[in-house]
Amino acid sequence: MQAVLTFHSTTEAMAFERACKELGLPGRLIPMPVAISAQCGLAWLIGPEDRNRLLEQAQKLGLKYERLVELK
Amino acid sequence: MIYLDQAATSYPKPAAVIEAVCSALATAGNSGRGVHGMSLAASRLIYQARWELAEFFGASDPSQIAFSANATESLNMALLGLLEPGDHVVTTELEHNSVLRPLYLLQKRGVEVTVLPADYQGRVDFSALAAASQPNTKAVVCTHASNVTGNVIDLDYVLDFCQRQRLVSIIDGAQTAGWYPYNLTKQPIDILCFTGHKALLGPQGVGGIYVRPGLKLRPLKTGGSGIKTFSKTHPETMPEALEAGTLNTPGVAGLAAGVRYLREVGLAHVRKVEGELTQFFFAEVKEIPGVTVYGDFTDQERCPIVALNIAGVDSSFLSQLLAEKYNIATRSGGHCAPLMHRALQTDKTGLVRFSFSHFNSKAELEVAVQALAEISEEYGPEGDG
Repeated sequence: MQAVLTFHSTTEAMAFERACKELGLPGRLIPMPVAISAQCGLAWLIGPEDRNRLLEQAQKLGLKYERLVELK
Repeated sequence: MIYLDQAATSYPKPAAVIEAVCSALATAGNSGRGVHGMSLAASRLIYQARWELAEFFGASDPSQIAFSANATESLNMALLGLLEPGDHVVTTELEHNSVLRPLYLLQKRGVEVTVLPADYQGRVDFSALAAASQPNTKAVVCTHASNVTGNVIDLDYVLDFCQRQRLVSIIDGAQTAGWYPYNLTKQPIDILCFTGHKALLGPQGVGGIYVRPGLKLRPLKTGGSGIKTFSKTHPETMPEALEAGTLNTPGVAGLAAGVRYLREVGLAHVRKVEGELTQFFFAEVKEIPGVTVYGDFTDQERCPIVALNIAGVDSSFLSQLLAEKYNIATRSGGHCAPLMHRALQTDKTGLVRFSFSHFNSKAELEVAVQALAEISEEYGPEGDG
């Protein structure tokens, strides 16, 4: 199942994207479905196969995001 | 033209700055307002600029740097966003109106203000901070370097005092950002206000404010943020907390290019060249009959500014002559630092400020010295003009 990471702010999303690009971590920015959050207009889309790896790395590196939301 | 008004705004701008502004105008959308390519390009550009500024200033977290229009706006953000009625703040006579006027406004709202005096050379004795402190003192706000004399304050002393007394340190870096090698990870500066168009070599209309993590300011402006659309209150997270409305994306692009240029050339090189030009100019002009140079030149570490008058010559007329007869750009009259002018006893006369960048040459300064010598001879104390 695909999932998105949401962010508190555009700056947080940009910092996340920059870190992922530098470290070769999977995912990409997409528009945030309003039904999920109105916090930031951006979300980080991740496929099911990448999810655990990305979350592990995010935690390890202290990358900030708001929350993980499953896409149904 | 020989441009010696670098403390007002730097000129010329590096070609990379002009290219970055033009490129942003041609390609950038509105940051944080969409996820199409142009909007994302603007968001990435602005985050990259934040990141580069954070690196340049030695700040650990780019999100603690918010962009503004200029140092004045940043200082207003800091002072109006921090101080409340009943608070006490300490400042100095060196300050620009960008500090003084917000403080005078806050005085009317019940904030107590103590101004540390400057002596006739524009020096402040910061050991007076201890006596000036009160139980309700919240902050010390001071310029890092005088925009009139170029003298630099004892920043370490001020920061150490603030840290020991648990006061918020607010530093006006209008003249020093892009000249002084800040390290905000090591230096306990709580708030650094800067402009982009002076020593940082960016375009006019862009500046910024660094706020130490954990310190919150009431936003000066609220409004569009690109986030929390349905909230009635402005987001509190930095930097969006202080960035209501669309940012000056082309300006931010130019500012980032200015910082990149400085990092390539090296701040040490810039400071060396500017220091040599300043000392050369000072040594030459002080020998011209009738010339009074303002400030303390015993300290080698100073911003590249030499402010002077020629006895018997109106400072505005002097600057006008330099512009019209010699094609030399300087600033005359008052310099938006009224208390400093009083300390220097130039509140009635004004003064002429020469300010340099590493783009200037010794040959240009020799022309300016010769011009001053000729003006002194014709209009000065021994002249017949």
